Amino acid sequence: MALDSIQLIELYRKMRLIRRFEERVVELVNRDEIPGVTHEYVGQEAVATGVCVALRPDDVITSTHRGHGHILAKGGDPRRMMAELMGKATGYNRGRGGSMHIADLSLGIYGANGIVGAGAPIACGAALAAKLARSDRVAVSFFGDGGMNQGVVHEALNLAAIWTLPVVFVCENNGYAISAPISQMAKVERLAERAAGYGMPGVAVDGMDVLAVHAAASQAVERARTGAGPTLLECRTYRFVGHFTAEKARGIKYRSDEEVARWRERDPLLTYPQWLRQQGIADPARVEAEVEALLDEAVAFARQSPFPEAEEALDGMYAVSYPGLPARGW
Amino acid sequence: MAVMTYREALNLALREEMHRDPRVFLIGEEIGLYDGAYKVTQGLLKEFGERRVVDTPICESGFTGVAVGAAMLGLRPVVEMMTFNFSILALDQIVNSAAKLYYMSGGQYSVPMVIRGPGGPAHQLAAQHSQSMEVYFYHVPGLKVVRPSTPRDAKGLLKSAIRDDNPVIFIEAETLYGIKGEVPDDPEFTIPLGKAEIRREGTDVTVFAYMGMMYRALEVAEELAKEGISCEVVDPRTLRPMDIETMIGSVRKTHRAVVVEAGAGFAGMGSEIAAFVTENAFDDLDAPVERITGANAPMPYAKNLEQAKTPSKEKIIATIRRVCSA
Repeated sequence: MALDSIQLIELYRKMRLIRRFEERVVELVNRDEIPGVTHEYVGQEAVATGVCVALRPDDVITSTHRGHGHILAKGGDPRRMMAELMGKATGYNRGRGGSMHIADLSLGIYGANGIVGAGAPIACGAALAAKLARSDRVAVSFFGDGGMNQGVVHEALNLAAIWTLPVVFVCENNGYAISAPISQMAKVERLAERAAGYGMPGVAVDGMDVLAVHAAASQAVERARTGAGPTLLECRTYRFVGHFTAEKARGIKYRSDEEVARWRERDPLLTYPQWLRQQGIADPARVEAEVEALLDEAVAFARQSPFPEAEEALDGMYAVSYPGLPARGW
Repeated sequence: MAVMTYREALNLALREEMHRDPRVFLIGEEIGLYDGAYKVTQGLLKEFGERRVVDTPICESGFTGVAVGAAMLGLRPVVEMMTFNFSILALDQIVNSAAKLYYMSGGQYSVPMVIRGPGGPAHQLAAQHSQSMEVYFYHVPGLKVVRPSTPRDAKGLLKSAIRDDNPVIFIEAETLYGIKGEVPDDPEFTIPLGKAEIRREGTDVTVFAYMGMMYRALEVAEELAKEGISCEVVDPRTLRPMDIETMIGSVRKTHRAVVVEAGAGFAGMGSEIAAFVTENAFDDLDAPVERITGANAPMPYAKNLEQAKTPSKEKIIATIRRVCSA
C-alpha cells in the first residue's frame, strides 16, 4: 500500500508527537509533577507509528510497560494521557491506572500492561472474539525482546497459529531487557526465526525505518485480515534513554556511549524529516509547531484537572454492585 | 423439579446459558472431543460446535488470557480448569488481568468470565491435585468466589456466575460430581451470588462449612442432636462476597460459632470467617470462634495420611462439644 503525502506527513507527526511527549514527561517527572515509574519510548517511535498507521480504528492493540508510543500512535489523546500520568480524574483511567495501564476502549487500545508478555494472550482473545463474530478486525500484540522470552508469549504464538487467528505479534527488539543484552538471553540471532517453530511467518525489519516497518506491518495486517493467520514481526530498534526515567539520574550504565551514538545516527526523528524535506513533501517545522501546541495544551489540561475524590478509591471495582462488595475491611 | 447429579446440573446450566446467550462460549483442555476430564461438558461440542466449545493445548496461562481478551471484546467465556490446582499456572492472567482491568481502566471495560473446575481434597490425589484453591482467590479485589455444595446450587450459582459482568471463580469438587439432588427445571432458575444457605436449623451453635465438609457437618449435627446439642449448619456458598445477613444473623441466634474447613487452616477461609464473625458479632458470642481445619501440610498420598490431614468427624464433634460447654 503506497502512502500519499498526507499519510507520509502523518507518520512524521505521530513520531514527533511521541518523541516530544516523552521528553515532556521526563521534564515533568523531574519536576515531581508526574509520580511513579514511567518508561520512555524514545528511539522506538518508528515501530509504533509504522504498525499503527497500518491499522484501522476498530483494530485492537495490547501494549506494554513502555506503552505511551503505542497509545499515541493508535490515536490516543495526549491530554487524557498526560492527565492520567499526573493521576488526575480526567485521565484515561480516572487516575487509577497510571503510565503502565493506559487504555482507550473506543480506540481499540486494550491497555498498556505492567506484566511483561501478558498482553499477548489478551490480543489473541480479542482476535478470537473477532473471528467468532465473523468480523475482520485484527489484533496487534506489542512486546519487547524481553517479552519474547516469557512463556505466555509462546503459548499465545502457538494458540494464534493453531487457530489461524488474525493477530500480528510485534516484537520490538531494542537489544536490552532492562540491562540484559538479548545476545545473552537468546541463542538465535533473529528472534523472528522463532516463528518457524509455531508454523507462522517470521519477518525481521529495520525498526528505525518507519516506511519499512509500515510496509512489513501492512503485509502482516493484510494477511491477518484476510484469514491467513498470524505473523511474528521483529522490529530491530533501540531506546536512546534508560529503561525508566530515573535510570539517568542514578547513573546506571550498561551500554557504551559509542553504541548509543551509533544508533542515534539512525534516529528516525532525524532521518525521516530530512527525507521528507529532500523529497519536497513537507516542511517538518510546521509539523513540529503543531505538535508543540498540542503538548502545551495537554500539559495545561492535565495541570488544571482535579485529582479524583479520595472516596472513589473503593468505587468501580465491580461492573455491577453487590451487597458486601467491595469488602470494606471486614 | 428433577433429580440429577451435581455433574448433570452443571452441564445443564452450561447448556441453558449457551442457548440463552450466544456470547457464552467454553474454552479449556479436553472439554470438547473428550467431553471434559470429569465429563461436565459432555455433549456440548456436538450440540454447539467447535466455535463455542474450544479445545485448547495445555497452556493455562495462555487460554485464560485468551478468555480475558475475548471477554473484553464482549463475549462471555467459561474457562474450564481441568482441576483448579492448574489455575496457579494462570494466576497472573486471573489476578493481574481479569480481576483488575475493570477497576484499573476506570470502568472502560469489564471482564465477564467464569473460571470453573474441581478443587479441594479428593481421593488420594496427593499434594498437587488436592488443594483448596479458593483461598488463593478470595483475597483478590475484583473477583467473586463461589463454592457450590449441592446439585441445586451448582446449577443456580453457575448460571448467575455466567450472567455476572465480573470475573467469577467457581470451584466444584471431584468428590461431589456424583451426588444426586433435586434441581429446578425452570431455565430462569438462578441463585444470586453472595447468599448463604442455612442447611439445618439449630439453636446452640453455628457451624460454617461448605462442599464435602458441609456434608460432614450435617452428619455431626445429627449425632450431636442425640446428646442435646442443636447445631445450625450454614453454608456460605459464596466466599467473596460473604453474606453478612445470614451468617451473622445465625451467630446472633446461637451465640457460638465454629468453622470447618478442608484446606490448611493458616490464613485460610476459617481465619476469615472467624474474623468476620468476631468483628460483626463479638458481643453476641458466648465462646471464642473455633476452627477445625486441614493440617498445615501438603496433602499426603497414603489413605491413612490423607485422613489424618483432613478434619475428622471426631475432631469436629469434640470441638463443638467444647465450644458448647463454654
